Amino acid sequence: MNIQATDIATYNFAYLDEQTKRMIRRAILKGIAIPGYQVPFASREMPMPYGWGTGGVQVTASIIGPDDILKVIDQGADDTTNAVSIRAFFKKVADVAVTTETEKATIIQTRHRIPEAPLHAGQVLVYQVPIPEPLRFLEPRETETRKMHALEEYGLMHVKLYEDIARHGHIATTYAYPVKVEGRYVMDPSPTPKFDNPKMNMSPALQLFGAGREKRIYAVPPFTKVVSLDFEDHPFEIQKFDQPCALCGAEQVYLDEVILDDKGGHMFVCSDTDHCEKRREDGHRGHMAPENESRASPSSSAGPSPRKDGEEEAPTLTPPSPRPLRGEGKGEGQHQTFEKSREAE
Amino acid sequence: METQAIDGGFANPVFDAQAVFRAVMDAMARPGTIQPCGGLTVPPAPLSPVAGAVALTFCDNDTPLWLDPALQASAAAKHWLGFHSGSPLAHTPADAQFALVSSPAELIALENFAQGTQEYPDRSTTLILQVTSLSSGENLLLEGPGIEKAAMLAPTPLPRHFVEQWKQNRARFPRGVDVILAAPEGIACLPRTTRIKTMEA
Ligand SMILES: [Zn+2]
Repeated sequence: MNIQATDIATYNFAYLDEQTKRMIRRAILKGIAIPGYQVPFASREMPMPYGWGTGGVQVTASIIGPDDILKVIDQGADDTTNAVSIRAFFKKVADVAVTTETEKATIIQTRHRIPEAPLHAGQVLVYQVPIPEPLRFLEPRETETRKMHALEEYGLMHVKLYEDIARHGHIATTYAYPVKVEGRYVMDPSPTPKFDNPKMNMSPALQLFGAGREKRIYAVPPFTKVVSLDFEDHPFEIQKFDQPCALCGAEQVYLDEVILDDKGGHMFVCSDTDHCEKRREDGHRGHMAPENESRASPSSSAGPSPRKDGEEEAPTLTPPSPRPLRGEGKGEGQHQTFEKSREAE
Repeated sequence: METQAIDGGFANPVFDAQAVFRAVMDAMARPGTIQPCGGLTVPPAPLSPVAGAVALTFCDNDTPLWLDPALQASAAAKHWLGFHSGSPLAHTPADAQFALVSSPAELIALENFAQGTQEYPDRSTTLILQVTSLSSGENLLLEGPGIEKAAMLAPTPLPRHFVEQWKQNRARFPRGVDVILAAPEGIACLPRTTRIKTMEA
Protein backbone atom coordinates (compact mmCIF):
# COMPACT_ATOMS: atom_id res chain seq x y z
CA MET A 1 0.00 0.00 0.00
CA ASN A 2 1.32 3.46 -0.74
CA ILE A 3 2.25 5.92 1.96
CA GLN A 4 -0.66 8.21 1.32
CA ALA A 5 -3.13 5.37 1.79
CA THR A 6 -1.43 4.33 5.00
CA ASP A 7 -1.72 7.86 6.34
CA ILE A 8 -5.44 7.84 5.71
CA ALA A 9 -5.77 4.54 7.49
CA THR A 10 -4.58 6.18 10.66
CA TYR A 11 -7.81 8.15 10.88
CA ASN A 12 -10.20 5.47 9.66
CA PHE A 13 -10.17 4.92 5.94
CA ALA A 14 -13.66 5.73 4.65
CA TYR A 15 -14.57 7.21 8.04
CA LEU A 16 -16.08 4.07 9.62
CA ASP A 17 -14.10 1.97 12.08
CA GLU A 18 -13.27 -1.59 11.05
CA GLN A 19 -15.75 -3.26 13.37
CA THR A 20 -18.58 -1.19 11.93
CA LYS A 21 -17.48 -2.00 8.40
CA ARG A 22 -17.42 -5.72 9.20
CA MET A 23 -20.94 -5.51 10.59
CA ILE A 24 -22.19 -3.67 7.49
CA ARG A 25 -20.30 -6.00 5.16
CA ARG A 26 -21.94 -9.01 6.81
CA ALA A 27 -25.34 -7.37 6.30
CA ILE A 28 -24.55 -6.67 2.64
CA LEU A 29 -23.58 -10.29 2.09
CA LYS A 30 -26.88 -11.49 3.57
CA GLY A 31 -28.76 -8.96 1.52
CA ILE A 32 -27.22 -10.30 -1.68
CA ALA A 33 -28.02 -13.87 -0.65
CA ILE A 34 -31.67 -13.00 0.09
CA PRO A 35 -32.62 -10.57 -2.70
CA GLY A 36 -35.14 -7.94 -1.63
CA TYR A 37 -35.09 -8.92 2.04
CA GLN A 38 -34.34 -6.07 4.46
CA VAL A 39 -31.40 -6.97 6.68
CA PRO A 40 -31.34 -5.09 9.99
CA PHE A 41 -28.03 -3.42 10.80
CA ALA A 42 -26.72 -1.18 13.56
CA SER A 43 -26.67 2.14 11.71
CA ARG A 44 -24.00 4.55 12.89
CA GLU A 45 -24.03 8.29 13.34
CA MET A 46 -22.47 9.93 10.33
CA PRO A 47 -21.13 13.47 10.07
CA MET A 48 -24.23 14.54 8.18
CA PRO A 49 -27.97 14.63 8.93
CA TYR A 50 -30.13 11.56 8.23
CA GLY A 51 -31.79 13.32 5.34
CA TRP A 52 -28.48 13.28 3.53
CA GLY A 53 -28.46 9.63 2.79
CA THR A 54 -26.51 8.27 5.72
CA GLY A 55 -27.59 4.71 4.85
CA GLY A 56 -26.14 4.98 1.39
CA VAL A 57 -23.03 6.66 2.75
CA GLN A 58 -22.46 3.83 5.23
CA VAL A 59 -22.86 1.22 2.51
CA THR A 60 -20.47 3.06 0.22
CA ALA A 61 -17.98 3.53 3.06
CA SER A 62 -18.04 -0.19 3.77
CA ILE A 63 -17.40 -1.34 0.23
CA ILE A 64 -15.13 1.38 -1.16
CA GLY A 65 -11.40 0.84 -1.70
CA PRO A 66 -8.48 2.87 -2.96
CA ASP A 67 -8.97 1.67 -6.55
CA ASP A 68 -12.62 2.68 -6.80
CA ILE A 69 -13.98 5.51 -8.91
CA LEU A 70 -16.98 7.09 -7.27
CA LYS A 71 -19.91 8.91 -8.83
CA VAL A 72 -22.61 10.52 -6.69
CA ILE A 73 -25.93 11.69 -8.07
CA ASP A 74 -28.88 13.39 -6.52
CA GLN A 75 -32.04 13.27 -8.63
CA GLY A 76 -29.82 12.46 -11.59
CA ALA A 77 -27.51 15.42 -11.12
CA ASP A 78 -23.86 15.27 -10.13
CA ASP A 79 -23.66 18.90 -9.12
CA THR A 80 -26.31 19.43 -6.46
CA THR A 81 -25.16 20.36 -2.99
CA ASN A 82 -25.90 16.91 -1.61
CA ALA A 83 -24.05 15.09 -4.36
CA VAL A 84 -21.09 17.46 -4.15
CA SER A 85 -20.90 17.10 -0.36
CA ILE A 86 -20.98 13.31 -0.39
CA ARG A 87 -18.41 13.18 -3.16
CA ALA A 88 -16.14 15.58 -1.25
CA PHE A 89 -16.60 13.49 1.89
CA PHE A 90 -15.31 10.34 0.22
CA LYS A 91 -12.54 12.20 -1.53
CA LYS A 92 -11.36 13.33 1.85
CA VAL A 93 -11.83 10.21 3.96
CA ALA A 94 -11.02 7.59 1.31
CA ASP A 95 -8.89 9.54 -1.15
CA VAL A 96 -10.74 7.88 -4.03
CA ALA A 97 -11.00 9.07 -7.58
CA VAL A 98 -14.34 10.62 -8.44
CA THR A 99 -16.15 11.05 -11.71
CA THR A 100 -19.40 12.30 -13.13
CA GLU A 101 -19.29 9.78 -15.96
CA THR A 102 -21.60 6.84 -15.41
CA GLU A 103 -19.52 4.66 -17.68
CA LYS A 104 -16.29 5.18 -15.71
CA ALA A 105 -17.63 4.79 -12.18
CA THR A 106 -17.17 1.58 -10.20
CA ILE A 107 -19.51 2.75 -7.44
CA ILE A 108 -22.46 5.07 -8.06
CA GLN A 109 -24.24 6.39 -5.00
CA THR A 110 -27.65 7.69 -5.90
CA ARG A 111 -30.66 9.43 -4.53
CA HIS A 112 -33.86 9.07 -6.53
CA ARG A 113 -32.57 8.07 -9.96
CA ILE A 114 -30.93 5.31 -11.94
CA PRO A 115 -28.58 6.65 -14.63
CA GLU A 116 -29.84 6.60 -18.22
CA ALA A 117 -26.65 5.01 -19.57
CA PRO A 118 -26.80 1.23 -19.21
CA LEU A 119 -24.80 -0.05 -16.23
CA HIS A 120 -22.29 -2.81 -16.71
CA ALA A 121 -21.02 -5.82 -14.79
CA GLY A 122 -18.75 -4.93 -11.92
CA GLN A 123 -20.50 -1.65 -11.17
CA VAL A 124 -22.28 -1.15 -7.86
CA LEU A 125 -25.27 1.15 -7.55
CA VAL A 126 -25.80 2.30 -3.94
CA TYR A 127 -29.24 3.78 -3.22
CA GLN A 128 -30.00 6.19 -0.41
CA VAL A 129 -33.27 4.99 1.06
CA PRO A 130 -35.56 6.97 3.36
CA ILE A 131 -38.26 4.34 3.98
CA PRO A 132 -37.16 0.79 3.18
CA GLU A 133 -40.43 -0.93 4.12
CA PRO A 134 -42.86 -1.01 1.19
CA LEU A 135 -45.66 -2.15 3.49
CA ARG A 136 -45.09 0.54 6.10
CA PHE A 137 -47.89 2.80 4.90
CA LEU A 138 -50.29 -0.13 5.14
CA GLU A 139 -49.06 -1.42 8.47
CA PRO A 140 -47.05 0.75 10.89
CA ARG A 141 -45.95 -2.11 13.13
CA GLU A 142 -42.60 -3.63 12.27
CA THR A 143 -43.57 -6.97 13.82
CA GLU A 144 -46.56 -7.15 11.48
CA THR A 145 -44.76 -6.15 8.29
CA ARG A 146 -42.07 -8.70 9.10
CA LYS A 147 -44.77 -11.35 9.41
CA MET A 148 -46.30 -10.27 6.12
CA HIS A 149 -42.95 -10.66 4.36
CA ALA A 150 -42.35 -13.98 6.09
CA LEU A 151 -45.70 -15.34 4.90
CA GLU A 152 -45.63 -13.57 1.54
CA GLU A 153 -48.84 -11.82 2.50
CA TYR A 154 -48.83 -9.13 -0.12
CA GLY A 155 -52.55 -8.94 -0.79
CA LEU A 156 -52.91 -5.60 0.99
CA MET A 157 -50.33 -4.06 -1.29
CA HIS A 158 -52.36 -5.10 -4.30
CA VAL A 159 -55.50 -3.74 -2.69
CA LYS A 160 -53.73 -0.42 -2.24
CA LEU A 161 -52.71 -0.28 -5.88
CA TYR A 162 -56.19 -1.26 -6.91
CA GLU A 163 -57.61 1.61 -4.88
CA ASP A 164 -55.50 3.84 -7.10
CA ILE A 165 -57.24 2.38 -10.11
CA ALA A 166 -60.67 2.79 -8.56
CA ARG A 167 -59.94 6.43 -7.82
CA HIS A 168 -57.94 7.49 -10.87
CA GLY A 169 -58.69 4.90 -13.50
CA HIS A 170 -55.06 3.84 -13.48
CA ILE A 171 -52.28 3.14 -11.00
CA ALA A 172 -51.34 6.65 -9.93
CA THR A 173 -48.30 5.72 -7.88
CA THR A 174 -45.32 7.16 -9.71
CA TYR A 175 -42.51 7.07 -7.13
CA ALA A 176 -41.29 4.27 -4.90
CA TYR A 177 -43.45 2.02 -7.03
CA PRO A 178 -43.28 -1.41 -5.35
CA VAL A 179 -41.51 -4.27 -7.06
CA LYS A 180 -41.27 -8.00 -6.48
CA VAL A 181 -37.76 -9.39 -6.46
CA GLU A 182 -37.08 -12.83 -7.89
CA GLY A 183 -40.71 -13.78 -7.33
CA ARG A 184 -40.42 -13.56 -3.56
CA TYR A 185 -39.95 -10.29 -1.66
CA VAL A 186 -41.90 -7.11 -2.30
CA MET A 187 -39.36 -4.31 -2.16
CA ASP A 188 -39.33 -0.53 -2.14
CA PRO A 189 -37.06 0.65 -4.95
CA SER A 190 -36.50 3.87 -2.97
CA PRO A 191 -38.15 7.05 -4.22
CA THR A 192 -36.96 6.67 -7.79
CA PRO A 193 -39.57 7.48 -10.42
CA LYS A 194 -41.27 4.34 -11.68
CA PHE A 195 -39.68 5.28 -15.01
CA ASP A 196 -36.52 3.69 -13.61
CA ASN A 197 -38.11 0.46 -12.37
CA PRO A 198 -37.48 -1.52 -15.59
CA LYS A 199 -33.77 -0.67 -15.32
CA MET A 200 -33.59 -2.66 -12.08
CA ASN A 201 -34.68 -5.85 -13.80
CA MET A 202 -31.81 -8.12 -14.89
CA SER A 203 -29.31 -5.28 -14.48
CA PRO A 204 -25.68 -6.37 -14.92
CA ALA A 205 -24.80 -4.15 -11.92
CA LEU A 206 -25.13 -5.00 -8.25
CA GLN A 207 -27.73 -2.83 -6.50
CA LEU A 208 -27.35 -2.10 -2.80
CA PHE A 209 -29.82 -0.14 -0.70
CA GLY A 210 -29.02 1.60 2.58
CA ALA A 211 -31.54 3.16 4.95
CA GLY A 212 -29.67 4.89 7.78
CA ARG A 213 -32.46 6.13 9.99
CA GLU A 214 -34.44 2.90 9.56
CA LYS A 215 -31.34 0.74 9.93
CA ARG A 216 -31.91 -1.55 6.97
CA ILE A 217 -29.77 -2.80 4.13
CA TYR A 218 -31.09 -4.73 1.16
CA ALA A 219 -29.82 -5.78 -2.22
CA VAL A 220 -30.63 -6.89 -5.72
CA PRO A 221 -27.85 -9.00 -7.23
CA PRO A 222 -27.02 -8.60 -10.92
CA PHE A 223 -29.25 -10.49 -13.34
CA THR A 224 -32.13 -10.74 -10.90
CA LYS A 225 -35.79 -10.49 -11.82
CA VAL A 226 -37.38 -7.27 -10.58
CA VAL A 227 -41.04 -6.96 -11.53
CA SER A 228 -43.24 -3.95 -10.86
CA LEU A 229 -46.51 -4.98 -9.25
CA ASP A 230 -49.51 -4.61 -11.53
CA PHE A 231 -52.73 -6.18 -12.70
CA GLU A 232 -53.64 -8.03 -15.83
CA ASP A 233 -56.17 -5.39 -16.83
CA HIS A 234 -53.91 -2.55 -15.65
CA PRO A 235 -50.36 -3.45 -16.60
CA PHE A 236 -47.41 -1.49 -15.28
CA GLU A 237 -46.45 1.44 -17.48
CA ILE A 238 -43.63 3.92 -17.18
CA GLN A 239 -44.12 7.65 -17.46
CA LYS A 240 -44.08 9.00 -20.99
CA PHE A 241 -43.00 12.47 -21.96
CA ASP A 242 -44.63 14.13 -24.94
CA GLN A 243 -41.51 16.11 -25.83
CA PRO A 244 -37.77 15.44 -25.99
CA CYS A 245 -35.12 17.07 -23.77
CA ALA A 246 -34.96 20.78 -24.64
CA LEU A 247 -31.17 20.77 -24.53
CA CYS A 248 -30.05 17.49 -26.06
CA GLY A 249 -33.17 16.27 -27.80
CA ALA A 250 -33.14 12.92 -25.99
CA GLU A 251 -36.31 10.87 -26.03
CA GLN A 252 -37.17 7.99 -23.73
CA VAL A 253 -35.28 9.54 -20.86
CA TYR A 254 -36.59 10.97 -17.61
CA LEU A 255 -37.15 14.72 -17.82
CA ASP A 256 -37.32 17.42 -15.18
CA GLU A 257 -39.33 20.57 -15.70
CA VAL A 258 -37.16 23.63 -15.13
CA ILE A 259 -38.81 26.99 -14.51
CA LEU A 260 -37.07 29.71 -16.51
CA ASP A 261 -38.86 32.86 -15.32
CA ASP A 262 -41.86 33.94 -13.31
CA LYS A 263 -44.05 34.28 -16.40
CA GLY A 264 -44.54 30.60 -16.85
CA GLY A 265 -41.51 30.04 -19.04
CA HIS A 266 -40.21 26.53 -18.60
CA MET A 267 -38.50 23.67 -20.34
CA PHE A 268 -38.08 19.94 -19.93
CA VAL A 269 -34.53 18.68 -19.64
CA CYS A 270 -32.81 15.41 -18.83
CA SER A 271 -32.72 14.75 -15.10
CA ASP A 272 -29.50 12.80 -15.73
CA THR A 273 -27.02 15.65 -16.20
CA ASP A 274 -24.16 13.40 -17.29
CA HIS A 275 -26.32 11.80 -19.97
CA CYS A 276 -27.43 15.20 -21.24
CA GLU A 277 -23.88 16.60 -21.34
CA LYS A 278 -22.56 13.53 -23.13
CA ARG A 279 -25.23 13.82 -25.78
CA ARG A 280 -24.51 17.52 -26.33
CA GLU A 281 -20.78 16.78 -26.56
CA ASP A 282 -21.72 14.32 -29.27
CA GLY A 283 -23.48 17.12 -31.13
CA HIS A 284 -27.10 16.44 -30.20
CA ARG A 285 -29.17 19.58 -29.80
CA GLY A 286 -32.61 20.18 -28.37
CA HIS A 287 -34.87 23.04 -29.41
CA MET A 288 -33.70 25.32 -26.58
CA ALA A 289 -30.01 24.50 -26.65
CA PRO A 290 -27.74 27.55 -26.99
CA GLU A 291 -26.06 27.70 -30.40
CA ASN A 292 -22.44 27.51 -29.33
CA GLU A 293 -22.67 26.15 -25.85
CA SER A 294 -19.96 23.89 -24.59
CA ARG A 295 -21.45 22.88 -21.30
CA ALA A 296 -24.88 24.22 -20.44
CA SER A 297 -26.05 23.49 -16.95
CA PRO A 298 -29.72 24.24 -16.57
CA SER A 299 -30.08 21.78 -13.77
CA SER A 300 -26.78 22.64 -12.16
CA SER A 301 -28.44 23.71 -8.99
CA ALA A 302 -31.31 21.31 -8.91
CA GLY A 303 -32.81 21.90 -5.53
CA PRO A 304 -34.55 19.62 -3.12
CA SER A 305 -37.29 17.36 -4.30
CA PRO A 306 -40.77 18.78 -3.96
CA ARG A 307 -41.70 15.39 -2.58
CA LYS A 308 -41.90 15.19 1.16
CA ASP A 309 -40.61 11.73 1.79
CA GLY A 310 -38.84 12.65 4.97
CA GLU A 311 -35.46 11.87 3.49
CA GLU A 312 -34.44 15.35 2.56
CA GLU A 313 -35.05 17.76 5.34
CA ALA A 314 -31.93 19.82 5.30
CA PRO A 315 -33.13 22.95 3.53
CA THR A 316 -30.52 25.16 5.13
CA LEU A 317 -27.87 23.12 3.41
CA THR A 318 -29.46 23.15 -0.01
CA PRO A 319 -29.78 26.16 -2.29
CA PRO A 320 -33.43 27.02 -2.74
CA SER A 321 -33.62 27.87 -6.42
CA PRO A 322 -34.20 27.30 -9.21
CA ARG A 323 -36.03 24.15 -8.32
CA PRO A 324 -37.10 21.81 -11.07
CA LEU A 325 -40.54 20.40 -10.77
CA ARG A 326 -40.60 16.69 -11.11
CA GLY A 327 -41.19 16.40 -14.79
CA GLU A 328 -44.35 14.47 -15.24
CA GLY A 329 -45.80 16.78 -17.83
CA LYS A 330 -49.07 15.18 -17.05
CA GLY A 331 -50.40 13.35 -14.10
CA GLU A 332 -48.35 15.48 -11.74
CA GLY A 333 -49.77 15.40 -8.28
CA GLN A 334 -51.64 12.19 -8.70
CA HIS A 335 -48.98 10.20 -6.97
CA GLN A 336 -49.70 12.25 -3.90
CA THR A 337 -52.31 9.76 -2.74
CA PHE A 338 -49.59 7.19 -2.31
CA GLU A 339 -47.25 9.63 -0.67
CA LYS A 340 -49.82 11.03 1.70
CA SER A 341 -50.71 7.65 3.03
CA ARG A 342 -47.02 7.13 3.69
CA GLU A 343 -46.62 10.41 5.46
CA ALA A 344 -49.57 9.67 7.66
CA GLU A 345 -47.51 7.10 9.53
CA MET B 1 3.09 -21.38 19.02
CA GLU B 2 3.03 -17.89 20.48
CA THR B 3 4.61 -16.32 17.42
CA GLN B 4 2.56 -18.53 15.14
CA ALA B 5 -0.59 -17.10 16.66
CA ILE B 6 0.57 -13.51 16.33
CA ASP B 7 2.18 -13.65 12.91
CA GLY B 8 0.45 -14.11 9.61
CA GLY B 9 -2.49 -11.76 9.95
CA PHE B 10 -3.28 -9.01 7.43
CA ALA B 11 -0.24 -6.85 6.74
CA ASN B 12 -2.56 -3.91 6.04
CA PRO B 13 -5.71 -4.78 7.97
CA VAL B 14 -7.87 -1.98 6.57
CA PHE B 15 -7.05 -2.39 2.89
CA ASP B 16 -6.59 -6.14 2.93
CA ALA B 17 -9.99 -6.65 4.55
CA GLN B 18 -11.56 -4.31 2.00
CA ALA B 19 -9.98 -6.21 -0.89
CA VAL B 20 -11.10 -9.58 0.46
CA PHE B 21 -14.57 -8.26 1.18
CA ARG B 22 -14.97 -7.00 -2.39
CA ALA B 23 -13.83 -10.37 -3.72
CA VAL B 24 -16.42 -12.14 -1.56
CA MET B 25 -19.13 -9.57 -2.33
CA ASP B 26 -18.55 -9.91 -6.08
CA ALA B 27 -18.44 -13.69 -5.82
CA MET B 28 -21.69 -13.74 -3.83
CA ALA B 29 -23.30 -11.33 -6.30
CA ARG B 30 -22.19 -13.39 -9.29
CA PRO B 31 -22.20 -17.07 -8.35
CA GLY B 32 -19.91 -19.14 -10.51
CA THR B 33 -17.34 -16.41 -10.99
CA ILE B 34 -13.95 -16.84 -9.35
CA GLN B 35 -12.68 -13.69 -7.70
CA PRO B 36 -8.93 -13.59 -7.20
CA CYS B 37 -7.87 -13.15 -3.61
CA GLY B 38 -4.15 -13.10 -3.07
CA GLY B 39 -2.39 -14.77 -0.16
CA LEU B 40 -3.05 -11.97 2.30
CA THR B 41 -2.71 -14.09 5.42
CA VAL B 42 -0.32 -16.84 6.47
CA PRO B 43 -2.25 -18.90 9.03
CA PRO B 44 -1.09 -22.12 10.69
CA ALA B 45 -2.11 -25.41 9.05
CA PRO B 46 -4.62 -26.76 8.34
CA LEU B 47 -6.12 -23.32 7.77
CA SER B 48 -5.45 -22.05 4.22
CA PRO B 49 -4.33 -18.48 3.44
CA VAL B 50 -7.52 -17.66 1.52
CA ALA B 51 -9.86 -19.16 4.13
CA GLY B 52 -7.89 -17.38 6.84
CA ALA B 53 -8.27 -14.08 5.01
CA VAL B 54 -12.03 -14.55 4.61
CA ALA B 55 -12.36 -15.37 8.31
CA LEU B 56 -10.46 -12.24 9.37
CA THR B 57 -12.53 -10.13 6.99
CA PHE B 58 -15.90 -11.07 8.48
CA CYS B 59 -15.38 -12.49 11.96
CA ASP B 60 -14.97 -10.58 15.19
CA ASN B 61 -16.18 -10.76 18.76
CA ASP B 62 -19.79 -10.36 17.59
CA THR B 63 -19.74 -13.50 15.45
CA PRO B 64 -19.74 -16.97 17.02
CA LEU B 65 -17.47 -19.15 14.87
CA TRP B 66 -17.77 -22.89 14.40
CA LEU B 67 -14.68 -24.89 13.51
CA ASP B 68 -14.72 -28.31 11.92
CA PRO B 69 -12.99 -31.11 13.84
CA ALA B 70 -9.73 -30.75 11.90
CA LEU B 71 -9.46 -27.09 12.88
CA GLN B 72 -10.66 -27.83 16.41
CA ALA B 73 -7.77 -30.25 16.70
CA SER B 74 -5.24 -27.57 15.78
CA ALA B 75 -4.35 -25.45 18.79
CA ALA B 76 -2.25 -23.22 16.55
CA ALA B 77 -5.10 -22.51 14.15
CA LYS B 78 -7.50 -21.84 17.03
CA HIS B 79 -5.07 -19.45 18.68
CA TRP B 80 -4.42 -17.68 15.41
CA LEU B 81 -8.14 -17.16 14.77
CA GLY B 82 -8.71 -16.10 18.35
CA PHE B 83 -5.85 -13.63 18.30
CA HIS B 84 -6.68 -12.03 14.95
CA SER B 85 -10.48 -12.09 14.97
CA GLY B 86 -11.52 -12.28 18.61
CA SER B 87 -14.41 -14.51 17.59
CA PRO B 88 -15.94 -16.64 20.34
CA LEU B 89 -16.28 -20.30 19.40
CA ALA B 90 -19.84 -21.41 18.72
CA HIS B 91 -21.05 -24.10 21.10
CA THR B 92 -23.10 -25.82 18.43
CA PRO B 93 -23.29 -25.43 14.65
CA ALA B 94 -26.76 -23.94 15.13
CA ASP B 95 -25.21 -21.08 17.13
CA ALA B 96 -22.64 -20.26 14.48
CA GLN B 97 -22.73 -17.11 12.43
CA PHE B 98 -19.74 -18.41 10.49
CA ALA B 99 -18.40 -21.93 10.10
CA LEU B 100 -14.85 -22.52 9.02
CA VAL B 101 -14.36 -25.88 7.37
CA SER B 102 -10.93 -27.18 6.45
CA SER B 103 -12.11 -30.67 5.44
CA PRO B 104 -15.37 -30.21 3.52
CA ALA B 105 -15.60 -33.90 2.60
CA GLU B 106 -16.16 -34.76 6.27
CA LEU B 107 -18.58 -31.96 7.02
CA ILE B 108 -21.72 -32.67 9.03
CA ALA B 109 -25.03 -32.09 7.23
CA LEU B 110 -25.83 -28.51 6.25
CA GLU B 111 -29.14 -28.68 8.09
CA ASN B 112 -27.24 -28.71 11.40
CA PHE B 113 -26.23 -25.09 10.94
CA ALA B 114 -28.35 -22.04 11.70
CA GLN B 115 -30.93 -21.64 8.94
CA GLY B 116 -32.41 -18.34 10.08
CA THR B 117 -36.11 -17.95 10.67
CA GLN B 118 -38.87 -17.16 8.22
CA GLU B 119 -38.99 -13.65 9.66
CA TYR B 120 -35.22 -13.24 10.04
CA PRO B 121 -33.71 -15.46 7.35
CA ASP B 122 -30.44 -13.52 7.71
CA ARG B 123 -29.83 -15.19 11.08
CA SER B 124 -28.18 -18.14 9.42
CA THR B 125 -24.69 -19.59 9.22
CA THR B 126 -22.32 -18.62 6.43
CA LEU B 127 -20.01 -21.54 5.71
CA ILE B 128 -16.45 -20.94 4.60
CA LEU B 129 -15.37 -24.13 2.86
CA GLN B 130 -11.69 -24.58 2.22
CA VAL B 131 -11.41 -26.32 -1.15
CA THR B 132 -8.33 -27.30 -3.10
CA SER B 133 -9.73 -26.31 -6.48
CA LEU B 134 -12.69 -24.60 -8.09
CA SER B 135 -12.19 -26.23 -11.46
CA SER B 136 -11.13 -29.85 -11.05
CA GLY B 137 -14.18 -31.30 -9.29
CA GLU B 138 -17.46 -32.46 -10.74
CA ASN B 139 -18.94 -29.85 -13.07
CA LEU B 140 -21.84 -28.05 -11.43
CA LEU B 141 -24.25 -26.03 -13.52
CA LEU B 142 -25.46 -22.97 -11.62
CA GLU B 143 -28.60 -20.92 -12.17
CA GLY B 144 -30.32 -18.17 -10.22
CA PRO B 145 -29.87 -14.53 -9.21
CA GLY B 146 -26.50 -13.13 -10.20
CA ILE B 147 -26.23 -15.45 -13.19
CA GLU B 148 -27.31 -14.20 -16.58
CA LYS B 149 -28.04 -17.62 -18.06
CA ALA B 150 -25.95 -20.34 -16.51
CA ALA B 151 -22.56 -20.59 -14.87
CA MET B 152 -20.19 -23.46 -14.26
CA LEU B 153 -18.12 -24.32 -11.24
CA ALA B 154 -16.25 -27.50 -10.31
CA PRO B 155 -15.14 -27.17 -6.68
CA THR B 156 -13.50 -30.01 -4.82
CA PRO B 157 -13.66 -31.46 -2.25
CA LEU B 158 -17.32 -30.90 -1.35
CA PRO B 159 -19.46 -32.20 1.51
CA ARG B 160 -21.05 -35.60 0.93
CA HIS B 161 -24.18 -35.59 -1.23
CA PHE B 162 -23.67 -31.91 -1.66
CA VAL B 163 -25.94 -31.43 -4.67
CA GLU B 164 -28.81 -33.17 -2.89
CA GLN B 165 -28.14 -31.27 0.33
CA TRP B 166 -28.08 -28.03 -1.64
CA LYS B 167 -31.41 -28.82 -3.23
CA GLN B 168 -32.87 -29.11 0.28
CA ASN B 169 -31.14 -25.91 1.30
CA ARG B 170 -32.64 -24.16 -1.72
CA ALA B 171 -36.08 -25.51 -0.81
CA ARG B 172 -35.87 -23.82 2.60
CA PHE B 173 -35.61 -20.36 1.00
CA PRO B 174 -35.65 -17.67 2.32
CA ARG B 175 -34.06 -19.68 5.13
CA GLY B 176 -30.85 -21.54 4.49
CA VAL B 177 -27.08 -21.31 4.60
CA ASP B 178 -24.74 -19.53 2.21
CA VAL B 179 -21.38 -20.89 1.17
CA ILE B 180 -18.06 -19.16 0.52
CA LEU B 181 -15.61 -21.43 -1.31
CA ALA B 182 -12.02 -20.47 -0.47
CA ALA B 183 -9.58 -21.94 -2.99
CA PRO B 184 -5.96 -21.26 -3.82
CA GLU B 185 -7.04 -19.59 -7.08
CA GLY B 186 -9.59 -17.34 -5.39
CA ILE B 187 -13.11 -17.15 -4.03
CA ALA B 188 -16.42 -18.39 -5.38
CA CYS B 189 -19.76 -18.29 -3.60
CA LEU B 190 -23.01 -20.18 -3.48
CA PRO B 191 -25.74 -17.98 -2.04
CA ARG B 192 -28.86 -19.86 -0.95
CA THR B 193 -30.63 -18.67 -4.11
CA THR B 194 -28.37 -20.64 -6.45
CA ARG B 195 -29.79 -23.73 -8.10
CA ILE B 196 -27.27 -26.48 -8.82
CA LYS B 197 -27.52 -29.14 -11.46
CA THR B 198 -24.93 -31.78 -12.15
CA MET B 199 -24.00 -32.13 -15.78
CA GLU B 200 -25.41 -35.64 -16.13
CA ALA B 201 -28.77 -34.68 -14.67
ZN1 LIG C 1 -30.86 16.15 -22.33
